[in-house]
Amino acid sequence: MSRTHVRCRINGDDAEFLCDAGDALLDALRDEMGLMGAKEGCGTGDCGACSILMDGRLQCSCLVFAPEAEGSSIVTVEGIADGDRLHPLQQCFLEGAALQCGVCTPGFLVAAKALLDRNPDPTETEVRYALAGNLCRCTGYDKIVRSVLAAAAVMQQGKEEAAR
Amino acid sequence: MTITDQRPGYRYVGTRPVRHDGLDKVVGKARYAADLVLPGMLYGHILRSPHAHARIVAIDTAAAEAMPGVRAVITGADFPELPADDPERNTTRNLMARDKVLYEGHAIAAVAATSQRAAKAAAKAIAVTYEVLPHTLDIREAMAPGAPLLHDDVFTTGLDSEPSEPSNVANRTCYERGDIEQGFADAAVVVEGEFVTKAVHQGYIEPHACVADTGQDGKTVIWCSSQGHFRVRSQTAAMLGWDTARIKVIPAEIGGGFGGKTTIYLEPLAVALSARAGRPVKLVMSREEVFRATGPTPGSVIRLKLGAADDGKITAAKAWMAYESGAFPGPWAMLGCMCVISPYNVENFLIEGYEVVVNKPVNVAYRAPSAPMAAFAADTLVDEIARRLDMDPIELRLLNCPSAGDQAPYGPKWPRIGLRECLEAVRDSDHYRSEPAPGHGRGVASGFWFNIGEASSATVNLNENGTATVVTGSPDIGGSRASMALMAAEELGIDVYDIQPVVGDTEVVGFTDVTEGSRATFATGMAVVEACRDLKRQLCGRAAVMWDCDSDEVAWSDGQATHRAGEHEPLALAAITAEAGRTGGPLGATASLNARGAGPAFSVQVTDVSVDEETGRVTVERYTTAQDAGTAIHPDYVEGQMQGGVAQGIGWALNEEYIHDADGVMENPGFLDYRIPVASDLPMIETIIVEVPNPNHPYGVRGVGEVGIVPPIPALANAVYDATGARIRELPLSPPRVLAAITARNGDGG
Amino acid sequence: MRYAAPTSVAEAVALLGTEPNSRVFAGATDLVPQLRAGRPEPGVAIDLKKIPRLTSVAIDDGTWRIGAAAPTSDLTANEALTADVPGLVYASGLIGSDQIQNRASLGGNLCNASPAADAVPPLLVNTAQAVVAGPDGERTVPVADIPTGPGRTSLRPGEFVVEFLIDRPPPGTADAYLRLIPRTEMDIAIVGAAARITLDADGSCVAAAIALGAVAPTVITVPAASGGLIGQPIDARALAAVAAAASAAASPIDDKRGTVTYRRQVAGVLAKRAVAEAAGRARNGDGP
Repeated sequence: MSRTHVRCRINGDDAEFLCDAGDALLDALRDEMGLMGAKEGCGTGDCGACSILMDGRLQCSCLVFAPEAEGSSIVTVEGIADGDRLHPLQQCFLEGAALQCGVCTPGFLVAAKALLDRNPDPTETEVRYALAGNLCRCTGYDKIVRSVLAAAAVMQQGKEEAAR
Repeated sequence: MTITDQRPGYRYVGTRPVRHDGLDKVVGKARYAADLVLPGMLYGHILRSPHAHARIVAIDTAAAEAMPGVRAVITGADFPELPADDPERNTTRNLMARDKVLYEGHAIAAVAATSQRAAKAAAKAIAVTYEVLPHTLDIREAMAPGAPLLHDDVFTTGLDSEPSEPSNVANRTCYERGDIEQGFADAAVVVEGEFVTKAVHQGYIEPHACVADTGQDGKTVIWCSSQGHFRVRSQTAAMLGWDTARIKVIPAEIGGGFGGKTTIYLEPLAVALSARAGRPVKLVMSREEVFRATGPTPGSVIRLKLGAADDGKITAAKAWMAYESGAFPGPWAMLGCMCVISPYNVENFLIEGYEVVVNKPVNVAYRAPSAPMAAFAADTLVDEIARRLDMDPIELRLLNCPSAGDQAPYGPKWPRIGLRECLEAVRDSDHYRSEPAPGHGRGVASGFWFNIGEASSATVNLNENGTATVVTGSPDIGGSRASMALMAAEELGIDVYDIQPVVGDTEVVGFTDVTEGSRATFATGMAVVEACRDLKRQLCGRAAVMWDCDSDEVAWSDGQATHRAGEHEPLALAAITAEAGRTGGPLGATASLNARGAGPAFSVQVTDVSVDEETGRVTVERYTTAQDAGTAIHPDYVEGQMQGGVAQGIGWALNEEYIHDADGVMENPGFLDYRIPVASDLPMIETIIVEVPNPNHPYGVRGVGEVGIVPPIPALANAVYDATGARIRELPLSPPRVLAAITARNGDGG
Repeated sequence: MRYAAPTSVAEAVALLGTEPNSRVFAGATDLVPQLRAGRPEPGVAIDLKKIPRLTSVAIDDGTWRIGAAAPTSDLTANEALTADVPGLVYASGLIGSDQIQNRASLGGNLCNASPAADAVPPLLVNTAQAVVAGPDGERTVPVADIPTGPGRTSLRPGEFVVEFLIDRPPPGTADAYLRLIPRTEMDIAIVGAAARITLDADGSCVAAAIALGAVAPTVITVPAASGGLIGQPIDARALAAVAAAASAAASPIDDKRGTVTYRRQVAGVLAKRAVAEAAGRARNGDGP
């Protein structure tokens, strides 16, 4: 069976890969593109460890057919820092000890970025509901939620300083 | 908040540096076992039993072997049978079914092929003929006469007389002291009840995974996700009948374990497939396989009776505790017996435990294994005593609180422990001193876990620029590398970021037991400290060479060598390492030890809940946990362990359970219907770190990993009672069960 | 398996007609896991999301046209739609996590034909119609007629749902949806209940509809519960009657998610609460 050729942008770069049409995008990212940041925790869209942004929308890449990526722009955890400068979420996760085993962390960071892109000043409850699709079994979510709120504050402050 | 008993002024211990392995984890670079790709690598897939209990009549792999891309097929016949008295005999029979499958999901055969699709298709093509047998899933049913028998060679041990018939009851454990009849006779209040819990899973987010690469020299390298790669090595060797020297195990980053990754499922299969195919083989479980084939923690049935005098002093305890072990016996009932009344001084007790095999996956440790079910019984009944006597539940616990010198129910005298301090910390907390919001119910509970020591090794090497590398054999499942670095920094007096903590493979670091029993920071930390102290002696010797004096004249203080008589300017560590080549060569030290004196851990927790009286839904509104950490080396990760344990306990209490259909097939093998808490289910979890240093550790460390999961179940059950007046003695406290209890309460006119 | 992304309804219909073993999808939130779990692959998986009509959400001459493949996050972000049918939009926003919301669609939620589908009870109380395309052209059918049992629909071979039509509710009207799940997110409803209530200026009910999810092989409407509200104020007595009638109408099963007793009891509770919430909105002018 011939494989499907897919062209897209991944983390700002032009990218192409071959896949079987029935493959999940997660498998293409990991096996074809070597981007191992997105993890498979369940394969059914219930844990969020494979979260990516596709054309700005948060997705579980385990629920996306790989050929659907044709022409799209994808951001994975590997692409959320600005070069060597960590995204405020990454920095706040580090400083806030928001990770233990770290396997859910990429998904949380991408989902939290999607939240802050849409709602730069969320309440604790909004953060909790926005991250409900990402399971963490280590932390009890406490430090994750605090770190997202801290990142939101840092980003707001950055914006205010830039405006001045 | 931290409440410290007594603590010397530390410079690094007790601070909160960013963990050394953190950066890789926030940029997606941390490498877990499933992330590894080797040239020529094959993909494995495991065929599993669809039946809960069946005899394997025949396995035909011919069709699978002939399929395109298939490079190896193995079955149980490819692994040596171990003698009946071998401690790993059950491990090998769990790894691959032999004559019988004992649970749905039991591995039957495995395939390696050039793609995952090909491997999956080939596994499907293996023809297995089964003779389906009646199964048993329920403890009480499995214990009853005439129950379907899992093993014809299991005879109950620990009975007064030798049994003549095999049984699903593997053993009876008994702890007894004092005069129980008299104890109950002295009681003004007697409370009792039967408590039932379901099997629950550790629920780590990373499924089991490994890659094995077996060379033509007969040696193999395994990369895997485990809590202990030395145990992976020894167990894999035992399963294959190999010498351990043929096996090297490299620990990958581990995506959660909580006890569930203390044994092996995949590694010997990957090695065997790789040996047959002559190529590396990767095996990764699906989430469904994780639920169907890896260790839940036991379901249990516990009957407990407590008596108390009218002043609140507990006078007697009688317990009958049955724990499931899954397909093969384990130590679970015994552990439950040892924990059940440990937070209380009770002079008269009789505690019996029964270990019962059922047709479920073999149980594995889960964070303070067996203690949460025991605490559910004990701390619910203690709450009932407090209500009957109209006493504050914390004051009642303080009245019965053991302290150093008292004898623990399981035998030894308590060393210095921090239960009293935890009770007082909760009593004095903002949470406990404030009234619950209108309509909310409040519950309190305590919990105990032993903590363990065991064998650990560490190697500390000083680099020429004055930095250090700390290599240990303890997989880091919750931030232990940062703790190792902090203790080394404190010892050596160099910056914590000048220390690189590493988890070494089985060939670069000395033998180290599994990261379990809350032992890594305690025992492995002790080895790190010992190696650092050796290094400091060496550093003094080198300074003596540089100063051309006797090494007795040199002392180490505050990160530098000082001349006792003050004849030389102090030498910083970097000044000595820079000259190491000329003073005797590289500086390194290794310590291997059997750590003794692990400090018992206690936690006391309080929660407020609201209950929707029309639907039975419970909402956790507020939660505070106090725990004795001994000394918090890295408080962030101590809090993280406390919060994580509480969250798991809340999930266990409210929603988690294995659900099976009539055929013994698990109905909820995914995160949709096996409901672990999501972020919106939980409030912030307030932590109070209590520090009552463990005198047996150089920094006073007690393990912190496990005890946090013990109190949540009774705390929530007590809070639900406070809110509704309904006592619930069966888990989970799911909406249907809570509503049924409320309805029954109304029926009673309550 | 082949992947196809037609850009018009006609193209999709043609593909379905020529490829015998083909299957349409929108979010694929069920399809991808099914295939990964070993379910046989279709010959062609037809992605409907590239057809503009299937993803647009717009009001046209007093009728909402909601594309069957529009992600539910497009519905929850639509303020005008939310003002008109807050219950339907709220229900759409309950289908899974934020991740799922960017994939899941009303068409998928309906055509999976789960009795627990969150969006279906509010579609029924709003008497939504579905435009169905197939080899014989397009036809418009009541949404209620599409699911026929768990996993089964009345769609004929080669047909798929293009869009949903919902007439803008009259003044004094509002809907509501409530479901019971053990957690706060990520679960399938144990019971769901939707209500739509129209009140006159005096607060008396002039029209009512109630639908229940997960208590029968398909989502059901409960005329016995809604009928009694007509001409009445929505007060405690009326709500008690709704609860009793809804519980009586429920004919659930025992399964891993809930029991017969529990579902029947909670069906009444949620029906009552949904009616109260819809009536509250209608009273406050929170509807259109």
